[in-house]
Formats: sequence, C-alpha cells, structure tokens
Amino acid sequence: MISELLQEDPIVIALVERFDAAIEAGSLEHEQTILYVSAGSIVEVCTFLRDEHGFNRASSVTALDWYPQEPRFELVYLLHNVKDALRVRLKVRVSGENPAVDSVTSVWAGANWYEREVFDLFGVTFNGHPDLRRIMMPDDWEGHPLRKDFPIHGHKYDYGETNQ
Amino acid sequence: MSETLTPTATLEPVPNSDAGSTRKMTLNMGPQHPSTHGVLRVVLELDGETVLKAVPEVGFLHTGIEKQCETKTYQQVIPLTDRVDYLANLSNNLCYCLAIEKLLGIEVPPRAVWTRVMLTELTRINSHLVWLGTHALDMGAMSMFFYTTREREELLKIFEMFSGQRLMTSYFRIGGLALDHPRAGLEAVEKFLEMFPPKIDEYENLLDNNPIWKNRTIGVGVVPVDKMLAMGITGPMIRAAGIPWDARKDEPYSGYQNFEFDVPTRTENDVYARYRVRMEEMRQSVRIMAQALEGMPEGAYQADAPKVVLPQREKMKTQMEALIYHFKIVTEGVRVPPGEVYQVIESPRGELGYYVVSDGTSKPFRVHMRTPSFGNIQGLGMMCEGGMIADSIACMGSMDFVLGDTDR
Repeated sequence: MISELLQEDPIVIALVERFDAAIEAGSLEHEQTILYVSAGSIVEVCTFLRDEHGFNRASSVTALDWYPQEPRFELVYLLHNVKDALRVRLKVRVSGENPAVDSVTSVWAGANWYEREVFDLFGVTFNGHPDLRRIMMPDDWEGHPLRKDFPIHGHKYDYGETNQ
Repeated sequence: MSETLTPTATLEPVPNSDAGSTRKMTLNMGPQHPSTHGVLRVVLELDGETVLKAVPEVGFLHTGIEKQCETKTYQQVIPLTDRVDYLANLSNNLCYCLAIEKLLGIEVPPRAVWTRVMLTELTRINSHLVWLGTHALDMGAMSMFFYTTREREELLKIFEMFSGQRLMTSYFRIGGLALDHPRAGLEAVEKFLEMFPPKIDEYENLLDNNPIWKNRTIGVGVVPVDKMLAMGITGPMIRAAGIPWDARKDEPYSGYQNFEFDVPTRTENDVYARYRVRMEEMRQSVRIMAQALEGMPEGAYQADAPKVVLPQREKMKTQMEALIYHFKIVTEGVRVPPGEVYQVIESPRGELGYYVVSDGTSKPFRVHMRTPSFGNIQGLGMMCEGGMIADSIACMGSMDFVLGDTDR
C-alpha cells in the first residue's frame, strides 16, 4: 500500500511503473520517502535508481531487528542523489530463518563495508558479496551483537538470566 | 682483535635465485602506526616501494555504542554521541538532537539555534586544526603541530566555559542547550574570532612556502570522483574534486539557511586541494561564527516543552508541576512517538547521519550512526594503490579520519 502522500512523487511513479508489485509499500515520514521493496528485486531497483534517477551513492546500509516478530529483519538502504539532493530509503523484509538477501555491492562499491557490518552485527548474509567477513567483531566471535536477543553484556557472563 | 671479526676486503656477490623476477612483499602498517592516528591496520602489498594493493582493516576500537544506545533513555544517549567522534563532539550532539527533535516535533528557540551553529562551526575549526597539525606532522613539518595546538587551546577554553568540558561537551540537549551562555562567553568567542584569521594565513605561509610539503601533496592521491562517491567518501574530499556538495547548503538544518557563507571547492582532487579546501573552510566557519555572534538572539535557550526538557532548578523549588516533570523525565525518560528519521549534517569530515527508530518507548529502538570516517576509510585502498608508500601516508592524512568515528 503506497501512501497518498507519495502518489505524485516522480521517483515512486517511475518505480511502480517499472517494478509494479515489487514495490510493496511506501510512506512519507518527516518528509522522507520510505519504500518497501521485495527481497528478490532489490538489486534491480537499486540499479534502476542509480542509472535512471542519479542516485550515485548509498549513504549507508543498515538493519533493524524486530525480534520476536516475523519477518524478523528489515534491511534499510539509505540512498542519496548528490546532484539534486534527493534521498530515498529502501527497506527489505527478511525472515529470521537463515536471513539472506542479494548484495548491492555491484551497484555501489561502497556498500561493501556496510553490508559486512550488517553481516557481522545482525547475521544477515549477502549473496554475491565479494568479501563477506566480520568487520567490527573479532573473526572468532560467536553471535551477532546488534540482534535484540543478544544481551548487552554478551554471552560470556551469565547474570542469572538462565535460571529465570 | 680476533680474525673472524675483521671485515672481508672484497664482497662476493650473493647468488640470488629470484634475481630478475619481481617479488611482492606484504607489509602490515598498524594497528599501532603513528600516521594512522588511532588503531587502523592497513595491509600493504608492495613491489619495491610501489603499493600494489592496500586493504584497510578496522574494528579495533569497536565499543558497541549503537547497542548501548538501545539500553539508555533518549537523554542518556547524548554523552555517548560525544564519544563517537571525539574531535567533532558537538557535531554529533547536534545531529542526534536534531533527529530526536524531529521525531518529537518540537521547535528549538532561536537563541539555542544560533548558539548551536556558532559552536558547531567552532568544532569544525577544532577538528581541522587537529587535522592540519597531525597531517603536517606526518609529512615531516613538525612545527605546524605546535602552532595549531596553541590555537586549539584557546578554542577548548571556550568549550570549557560553555559546557564545563574541554572535550566531551554534551552541551546540546533535546530541545535546546544544557545551560545558558556563561558570563563573558560571547566575549571569549569574539576575542577568538579576532585572533584566529591571521593565524590561518600564518599556517598557509608556513606550508605553501615549503617545497617539500608541495612536492609531497600536489598530484598525490587522485581518484575519479564518481568512484569516490560510490565508495562512500564524503565531505572536503568530494569538494576538493569539484562537487560543491555541502549538507549545510543542500539540506539546510539548524537554521543554516539564515547564514551567508561559501562552499569552497577545488578541481585538482589531490592531497593539496584537500588541504586548500579545509583551510578555506576554516575561514568560512569564522564568517558564520561572526554572523551568529552578531545576531545572537536573546530569550529562552530551551524549548517550551516541559515533558521533554528538564525544568529549571528554581522552578522545581516553587512549582509542583516542574517537580513532577523532573521526576518523570529522570526516572522514566521521554516517550518519543513511534517513527523513524534520518538526519544528516555536515560534520568536519563529511556526511554525518543519525538514523533513529522509535517504537514509542522511552528508549531508542535503534540508533544507527552513519559516520563519515567509516565511508572515507573504505576508499583508502583505491587512493593508495599505484602510489609510493610515502604517498599512502599523505593520502591517509588528507582523509582526516578518526578511528572512534569509524568503529563506534
């Protein structure tokens, strides 16, 4: 369901025309465009936005963990068109079971480290990523710290939580 | 002297099976290398002195700030934002506060807005001074560091006057400022603005008349600008490549549209151009500060939002409501309506963005910091490749990264 506020946005119109059902929903929050894209077409949507609408950089790629809801993860792509100072936020919902999505490093080389960070801290796999390994945590670390079921003090110390 | 210790008169040529073929060497630079300004490791693949490949490795300073934000109330996150980029702490304070104010929908009074602009520009000068000193130090111009530290000291005194802290200021709060201006605070800023501009000329004199500095910076570290943008590089480096992208102009925040200033750009896109851009930025910051000082409005320094802003101590002693609000804010925190926002500001290093998601409780559901250093360091590899080892030091210096900002 695309919000009425976005009905006249030229980028949203072009995206819906081109991808139709792959654009699942859209909303405008604090004058910022948010579009939900189906997981399968994120790379095509990003390529389209880069080539046709001048989104020449991905400001950041990050994720949200809606544990215990399902689909658990929401990947957030903060895209930016420098020339026209436009910003669009794409979101992809991913299930909590073996979360994986296609990598957008082929679209913007700079997505590399941001996807590695999401892989490291949320445990979401990016298919086709050239160098998918941990970036913040040590290589032998177990678990993914930014997940909501990861305790703030880590798994190393048990503060009586297991007895409850 | 025994015979074995006497050096042989003639040196026999050592037979070398690899003679003629190229041998690559892998060199670990860091994590404790002085020119990495923190704990950054760069794995260099070398052919002689030429860098074939440079792979930066980060994460040594990861402290899980984003995770910690989720366990604190909205107000308690502010001291954490200081510690992200410890050279541009007020920029981080500002970006976070603007994001939360957008979510809450509160308006900040003009006095607070003007003060915020004035002090974030002072932060930009602070950060650029540290950059200039250390960058020149890496390149062998040691005296520069003493001069910039001398001026930075004056500037830190101003921070101390306003916030009580030299480095970890936490001066901006949701809805305004922590405190009103201190006595003689504005006079101190005025004095600084009189003192500082001639010093910029002095720095330029020192460096531009130095042939070594020019030889080591001109034509070094050139990368196509499209690649830089796609790689996530932002800030002065992009402006040194000819693109006048500055969030203060393109996506004005905190009243920057009321100020007159130029966005300095260069087209050479080398280390020297980045130096010129940052020097000019310091002059523009002085210009903005002078305007902020001149037009500094009187009046409230905090928004009229009793559910968000801590009440004045005096009111707590006389008004029941103030005491109740104080109790509520301190024990429960501020409830922020559900929603999300991505707030961008122009930090001294580039695009600083806070992506904050609220689920309606008094603690943020997620705070993602899009920090400029993280994106910039990602492009370090392509900037160093093909150059000499010594050039990679120049490239690193021109990036002006802070490792706390990278690893969070």
